[in-house]
Amino acid sequence: MSTPYHPELNPEFNADQVSTSQTREDRQPVLQARGLVKTYGKVVGLDGVDLEVYPGEVLAVIGDNGAGKSTLIKALTGAVVPDAGELRLDGKVVSFKRPQDARDAGIETVYQTLAVAPALDIASNLYLGREERRPGVLGSVFRMLDKKGMKKRAGESVKRLGIQTIQDMGQAVETLSGGQRQAVAVARAAAFGSKLVVLDEPTAALGVKEGNLVLSMIEQLRDSGMPVILISHNMPHVWQVADRIHVQRLGRRAAVITPKTHTMGEGVAIMTGAVTVLPKDQEALVR
Amino acid sequence: MTTTSSPAPPASAAEELALRRQSPLQRIQHALHAYPAISPALILVLAVIVFTAANPNFAQPNALSLLVQQTAIVAALAIGQTLIILTAGIDLSVGAITILSTMLMATLAAKNGIPAVVAIVIGVALGVGAGALNGWLVTRVNLPPFIVTLGTLSIFTAIALLYSGGQSVQGDDLPALMTWTGEAIRPFGPGTFYVTTGVVVVAVLYLIVGFALSQTAWGRHVYAVGDDAEAARLAGIRVKRVLLSVYTVAGLLYGITAWVLIGRAGVASPNAAADANLQSITAVVIGGTSLFGGRGGVLGTLIGALIVQAFATGLSLAGVDDQYRVLTIGILVIVAVSVDQWIRKVKA
Repeated sequence: MSTPYHPELNPEFNADQVSTSQTREDRQPVLQARGLVKTYGKVVGLDGVDLEVYPGEVLAVIGDNGAGKSTLIKALTGAVVPDAGELRLDGKVVSFKRPQDARDAGIETVYQTLAVAPALDIASNLYLGREERRPGVLGSVFRMLDKKGMKKRAGESVKRLGIQTIQDMGQAVETLSGGQRQAVAVARAAAFGSKLVVLDEPTAALGVKEGNLVLSMIEQLRDSGMPVILISHNMPHVWQVADRIHVQRLGRRAAVITPKTHTMGEGVAIMTGAVTVLPKDQEALVR
Repeated sequence: MTTTSSPAPPASAAEELALRRQSPLQRIQHALHAYPAISPALILVLAVIVFTAANPNFAQPNALSLLVQQTAIVAALAIGQTLIILTAGIDLSVGAITILSTMLMATLAAKNGIPAVVAIVIGVALGVGAGALNGWLVTRVNLPPFIVTLGTLSIFTAIALLYSGGQSVQGDDLPALMTWTGEAIRPFGPGTFYVTTGVVVVAVLYLIVGFALSQTAWGRHVYAVGDDAEAARLAGIRVKRVLLSVYTVAGLLYGITAWVLIGRAGVASPNAAADANLQSITAVVIGGTSLFGGRGGVLGTLIGALIVQAFATGLSLAGVDDQYRVLTIGILVIVAVSVDQWIRKVKA
């Protein structure tokens, strides 16, 4: 169990605020991180971070710039190899050397820099890096792609997330709006992630309407049983969809709160270090 | 803009703007965006009409046969160039690799008494190795393709000249298989349109690479790497491996072209195909493949190569000074790149 960064007591929070219905002792986390450390020379990115995600929940990760959010996410998804610490997926220790390792293990990530190829069409983007071949000799000898099948299944993936505005899977991604592109990226993650979907600032570049589209996609994902890690600067969005909120501060986990137990203001206060949370107040939420 | 199944009235002025009918210009932009080979195809058709009107000899079977043969070498080299440009790279060493392969296979067969088949295979293998060296320098040493191929252009040219002593290998000394690519095939009988076996070889190369680009996962990955290498990497594509494969395949194509070149010229000369570098790039660009990568294809390149040769033949048959050909090609290159810039600004 980590110790809080500032050990002094703050009377504002107490264990009573934490409802007992949130205890998760009976459930095993899908992904669990223990004591992750990552340093860049003298700069400390992660200073012993713990994190756990449970089945069917949206865990939001918030934190100020430089708090280590990005590094944490990269460490969870194989984009960065932590110097120390342990990752467990479904209870088994795993180590990801590159993003492909995490992907092979069932963790799909939607990166902040939209990882879509603009000139390729939607179906090609959805299946980029995992193209499906035609059955029989055409596929095995001539390596022919099953374009029709991929297009059809891409349409189904997009529809499953409740996206109505994208109709033609043969459309180039660059002809889509920002929200639609994000929808393609999320649809790809949802279609191929078997354990966990990680979304890094999925609403950052979007307008209100498009942001709401992405939020409803996140809810769809969760309702289908897929755990989601959501990294966001947008507090209203976090409080709208998150089940629990991991507050990252100065390379550590400052607290885990929920939208029910804490207000946005309190969340920001923890994030900026204006208040701190004691470990005893955290036990119900963390485990 | 896609229309949804139940068209609701536009909620705002901006949405109304988005829903308005496209202007004819926008329709053209969209069509070109979807099929970038349209504009070079139109230029080629127009050129053939104009040049035939200027001098009816242009459309004679013999002239057309010659046109196709003259296009073959540049068109073949431009396949590899297209692959590399699709990955947002450039290859300045095309001509140098081809010449080196040519000189190696011709010298081995004519002077070292090595069987023609073996000599050709070794020559092609050299092309593969040279392409792989380019690819290795680009992906492992992380040098820009322009610098790598500028360097290997000099290196391979120098090696070819040193190896051959600046001397050509004459056609009489070459085995039949080596000049086989120059033999004519007359499908419609004597005196009519004909092609050489080399032209057929080049056509087959176009078919294979065109198929690989449009129908296989490798082709998708080539486009994705050129379009946005970082996005491709994050999607799980091994970008460096794709790049290395592209440069190596390009080398293979240059090696095969070397064999076609010997048949076409009837001689292996270290000074042939001197301006093949720029000609192949010109063909690719006029053919609508974007120098910024990720867009285009070999069909456009074939048309681009034909356009360049059609202008050369047509203007010469029309009795115009050769400098007008150079001038026109220059204008075409600039127009082609401008059109590419315009069509990539396409909106939904």
